[in-house]
Amino acid sequence: MSAPPGSALFSRTPHVARTERSEAIARGVFFVMSVAMIVPLVAIVAYLIYRAAPSLSWEFLVDVPRKGMREGGIWPAFVGTLYLVGSSLAVSAPIGVLAAIYLHEYARDNWFNRIINLAVINLAGVPSIVHALFGLGAFVYAARFGYSIMAASLTLAIMTLPVIIASTREALASVPMPFRVACWNVGASRWQTIQGVVLPNSISGILTGVILQVSRAAGETAPIMFTGAVFFKAVQRGDLFPYGLSEQCMALSMHLYTLSTQVPNVRESIPYATAVVLLGSVLMVNATAIALRVWLRNRKKW
Amino acid sequence: MAVDDGSLKGRGHEPTGRPGDDAGGEGSVPRRSAVPRPRRPLPAVVAERVLEAAIRLSGLSAIFFVLAIFFFIFREAAPVLFSRDFRLSEFLFSTQWYPTSASNVRYGTLALTLGTLSVTGVAIVLAVPFGLGAAVFVSEFCGPKLRETLKIVIELLAAIPSVVWGFIGLTVMSRITIALTGAPVGVNLLNGGIILALMSVPIIVSIGEDALKAVPDSYREAALAMGANRWQTVRRVLVPAARNGLLAAVLLGVGRAVGETMAVLMATGHAVHVPHSLLDSVRTLTANIAAELGEAPAGSDHYRVLFLTGTLLFFITFAVNLCADMAIRGVRRR
Repeated sequence: MSAPPGSALFSRTPHVARTERSEAIARGVFFVMSVAMIVPLVAIVAYLIYRAAPSLSWEFLVDVPRKGMREGGIWPAFVGTLYLVGSSLAVSAPIGVLAAIYLHEYARDNWFNRIINLAVINLAGVPSIVHALFGLGAFVYAARFGYSIMAASLTLAIMTLPVIIASTREALASVPMPFRVACWNVGASRWQTIQGVVLPNSISGILTGVILQVSRAAGETAPIMFTGAVFFKAVQRGDLFPYGLSEQCMALSMHLYTLSTQVPNVRESIPYATAVVLLGSVLMVNATAIALRVWLRNRKKW
Repeated sequence: MAVDDGSLKGRGHEPTGRPGDDAGGEGSVPRRSAVPRPRRPLPAVVAERVLEAAIRLSGLSAIFFVLAIFFFIFREAAPVLFSRDFRLSEFLFSTQWYPTSASNVRYGTLALTLGTLSVTGVAIVLAVPFGLGAAVFVSEFCGPKLRETLKIVIELLAAIPSVVWGFIGLTVMSRITIALTGAPVGVNLLNGGIILALMSVPIIVSIGEDALKAVPDSYREAALAMGANRWQTVRRVLVPAARNGLLAAVLLGVGRAVGETMAVLMATGHAVHVPHSLLDSVRTLTANIAAELGEAPAGSDHYRVLFLTGTLLFFITFAVNLCADMAIRGVRRR
């Protein structure tokens, strides 16, 4: 930006020096603010892993809790989380993807669809504990599912619906309009266009959204606390199918909460190790989504 | 809508049936042509109709779910709201919360509301400057490589589950708080505020960055042509132009902080009283529901009052989100 040396006309006046200094200061301050976000992430992850190290092992993952949670592993909680995530995904993925297709491909910009948009935004903003109240009132009592995986995963599904809708819409929006117009002009109907042109070009983006839903659902605690997750359930070591849909289950997030607040004299490293497993799974799932997106963007031809 | 779909489904059988391009408005091809067009097989047409009905139904589902949430929460709360010995003014403006007392049962949520406000306030005071600063840096000051890295970090930061944040508050942050401030208990307002700030920063950054990115490049070019450097461009051109979007970012951060449950449940201590200093323990509206719902027998007054608190929270977040949406909409219109 600065003027070439020797030219009298463009010499560095005090005013220029001042503005340059202010820019350097601003850049520095903003840089520090950005770094202030990264440092906690790295520090926290490192500290958690450091404290968890004595317990972290394959054995910890596949073993069942022993001696009233004070020893042993987290297998029942881990499988329970898989169950909850899987069954909530089965509900929210189809509804979410179809809803996004409606909002992006069918809906015109009128007051009615603005209300739908507002509802989606609001659904994303409702506090998780309010979703828990809803799940308790609607699924556990009104629908008579009782405290069960079904009630908990339906609550999770409704809660994570906006995640899928938002990212699917983004994926659909990244397909250029001329693709659709070209398809319409050879006589295809709206759905044929979506099926033949829009979806194949956005499927990986939609997949990213589904993956993000998985990570979100795996980490939530409040919505499942009162609808189907329990403190303890006896499960065989390494058993892959311990729960039925109408039974209660353990879950990693819930397990971490109870371990760290309600069980006295737990071995120090066990809650840390549970936190690391939960954090690790969630971050790994998210990293997959990010990698998929980056790979996708590099492959894109338009 | 549903009735409309039914009639559409029927039309596939008619002899004059058109290949289904009547579902949407813009972009459909002219319908009359000299040569009669070949028709698609009936099952395909029917399948398409059914699928489009499913798509429309799913589109409506968001409205349905929001109404259902309100309906089911309010249904559980309504009996106590309309019962004779319950006063709404006491519920909203009394600081006495003794839900399980044997002789003197009181359901006043003011201390909890103030707890929510104070924790949110601390979080926002910390998160807004950092969030907006980082948004400006990511959007305007850094190169493409660094930008990608920072955005990935922000996304990962946003993905950390709230219970893990709560655990960090309970174990790591509480020790740091005691060491730095000499507070008697580490789980307090300051601790919860810092944890919540860390949780809302990613939202503020990503929405704020979107808002800055939405400012047309011609604004930047014009500023550059006038001889402004980057900082001057940001301060005099971009921030005023993206004002509404930045406001929305802050509001959504507030919404996140108000609605957060597990982290504040674990990190703010658990005392129901009006906070007087940063080092007091507080309890928030959300944490209160999470802590007491398990012990309140279904159908009891206590249980219903907790649902009423949920209704209150629903309205608070609804208002915040509505404001944020209107702010964003204001950006789009310009």
